Parts: sequence; structure tokens; C-alpha cells
Amino acid sequence: MNKLPLPLMEPIMANNPVTLHVLGICSALAVTTSVSTSLVMSGALIFVLTLSNVSISLIRNHIPPTIRLIIQITIIASLVIVVDQLLQAYWFSMSKRLSVFVGLIVTNCIVLGRAEAYAMKNPPLRSFQDGLGNGLGYSLILVIVGTFRELLGAGTLFGAPIFITESDGGWFTPIGLMSLPPSAFFLLGLVVWWVRNRHPEQVEPAQVPAEEGAQK
Amino acid sequence: MIDLLLRSVFTENLALSYFLGMCTFLAVSRRFDVAFGLGLAMIAVETITVPINNLLYTWLLRDGALAWAGGGDLDLSFLILIAAIGVIAAIVQILEMVLDRFFPRLYVGLGIFLPLITVNCAILGASLFMIERRMDFADSVVYGFGSGLGWALAIWALAALREKIDETHVPEGLRGLGLAFILTGLMSMGFAVFTGLDFG
Repeated sequence: MNKLPLPLMEPIMANNPVTLHVLGICSALAVTTSVSTSLVMSGALIFVLTLSNVSISLIRNHIPPTIRLIIQITIIASLVIVVDQLLQAYWFSMSKRLSVFVGLIVTNCIVLGRAEAYAMKNPPLRSFQDGLGNGLGYSLILVIVGTFRELLGAGTLFGAPIFITESDGGWFTPIGLMSLPPSAFFLLGLVVWWVRNRHPEQVEPAQVPAEEGAQK
Repeated sequence: MIDLLLRSVFTENLALSYFLGMCTFLAVSRRFDVAFGLGLAMIAVETITVPINNLLYTWLLRDGALAWAGGGDLDLSFLILIAAIGVIAAIVQILEMVLDRFFPRLYVGLGIFLPLITVNCAILGASLFMIERRMDFADSVVYGFGSGLGWALAIWALAALREKIDETHVPEGLRGLGLAFILTGLMSMGFAVFTGLDFG
């Protein structure tokens, strides 16, 4: 296997935008009730993130720093509108299921965060890799959470039955909690735990309790 | 009206059942005093921006909304994303200036969190939900206030919990972010209890 460029590989596992930087959580939790919505959402985000990174990187030397946020937001919002309109035109049922969350990519902190932190300082090709890598890192988390929630909540994957449910004469009782909001928080909490066990350097420093600190 | 208010505060809580504004929610909930200021700012901004976006949508962007200006059945509703985020950024700026001029103490208290609110997806989310559910102007005022209050309640509760939990011993990998997720999940279960209530 050829060595893949660093800006592409880093954010997927070690430097994941969701688990390390706590970016883009809103949509990561909301659309993960099934694998297919997670995948479409990931696709939409990768599209917006790579294109916004590339276009912002292309004009980065012409953007006056005082109004850069407005320019970045406008570019991102335009890209999101394109995705939103395409989904409404060609896949209306999916667009209904994703509800407002496609539109909310505008305020997804990953997109603005990468534009501000990376694309403003790096040439287009590297920005492209960085956008793709972060998008894939985000997708990985979404798909993990989405798989568990759909499999345990409904016994299906991509809508196709994997575990035969009791109502269909099988053995599996769907766990209703899995399709409700709390389980998304729990699963993401567990994913964070797992990632931090693999990468102990990401563990947050312990807070010294105030009383103990005073005694020393 | 009361029904809508209670629903937006409890059962359809933006943070706990729609996961909106999570980035700020998790990042700023380490200390209670800071979270308190942010909650207040959220209530103010939501109450102002949601109705304004409602007016903007009704009179400028909706299908056929420009008829009064001779626009015919022009449909600009796809522009709502850019329009809404523009309104939010502008309102936050104006609010900042007004507070600075007339309520300097509150302004100093809120500090950096006022500008940060612009990129809080709860605000844009509330505006988009308002449009998706076709609310009228009065409803949008109530919804804006209610959803802001619900978000504020959630972050106050989480910040108070995290302050306590910071002083206990938890598994290393779970410390901080991981535990915050699980706490939020438990709170979300708590708020889900309100679903059964009939506010009628």
C-alpha cells in the first residue's frame, strides 16, 4: 500500500474532528437513526467540506481578514443550498427524512472550522486532502453510531432485516430506546471512550479538586 | 400558545431531542457561571431572530411572497439559508452594540460568548424548524423564546452536573467529553418523560 498523504489520513482516526475536537456533533447525533441517512449526510458533508476548503484556499490571498467570516459563510451556504436543492429534486423522501439537518451543514462547525484553521493557510491540493480526510473521519463516526442504532433499534441494516424481529416470528425484540435521542449520546460517549483508550494522549487532564489543592 | 411554549421548552428541547447547538453545549458547560451567561444570551438571541426570520420569509422569500412588489409568483425560498444566517449574524452584532452602550455590565459578563452564538446551530435550527412547520408570526415569537429557554435550561443543568463530576474519579478515557455525552444522554431521557404530558 502506498503511503497516503498525511492531511488525508490523520483526521480519519487519530485526529478525528468529532471525537477529539468536538466539532459537528449536532448533525452527527441527529441523523444516525439509520445507516442510510448517516451515509447520505456524510456524503453531503464531504461534498460541502472539500469544495469549500478548495474554493476558500484558492482565494485565500484575496480575502480581507476583517470580513473573512462572512465570505466563508457565504461560500459554505451557497454549497449547502446546491446540495439541498439536488436532494429535494432527485431524492425527495431522503430530503424529508433529513429534515433541516442538511441546511444545518451551514453552521456545522467542522466546515467553518477547517476553512478557518486550514484552508486559509494552505494551498488548494492540501486543503482538498484535509477536507476529504475530515469528511471521512466524520463519516466513520456517523456510520458506526448509525449501524448500532439501526441494528439494535429495528433489527435492520439499510432497511433490510438482519435480525428477524418477534413480530415477524423471529427471536429479536427491537430495543426501542436505540431509536430515541438518548442512545445517540450514550453510543457517542462510548465511541469517545474507545478512541481515547487507543490514544491515551487524548485523555483530558484530571481536575484537582479544590479542597485538595488548597491543602497542598 | 401555552402548548407550543411548553412543547418547545420540554418535549421538543432543541439541545436534548434535536441535538442542536451541541458544539457550544459541550464546550462551554464546564463551569456554571459561564454557562449561565451563555444561556441568557441564547434566550435573547432566539427570541429576536426567529420572529425576524419569520417576517423575512413571509414577506420576501416565500412562494409568491413578492407579489406586493410586483414579483408575481417568484419563489425565493431556497435562499432562506443565506438570508437566515445573515440575519443571525447581523442581530448578534447589533445586540452586542446595544448591550455595550446601555448595559455595559451585562456586556462584560457575556464576553466572548455573544459573537460565538452566530455559529450556534440551535439558532439557525430554530429558524428552519419555524419555517418547516409553517408557523405564523405570533407562534414564532413564542417558539423563539421557548426554544431559547429550553436550550438554556439544558446547559445550566449540564454545567452544574459537570462541576460536581469533575471532582470524582471516573475511568480515564471517559473523563471530560465522554462522560459529558453520557450525562447529556441521561438528561435527554429525563426530558423525554415530558412527552407523555398533555398540555392541551
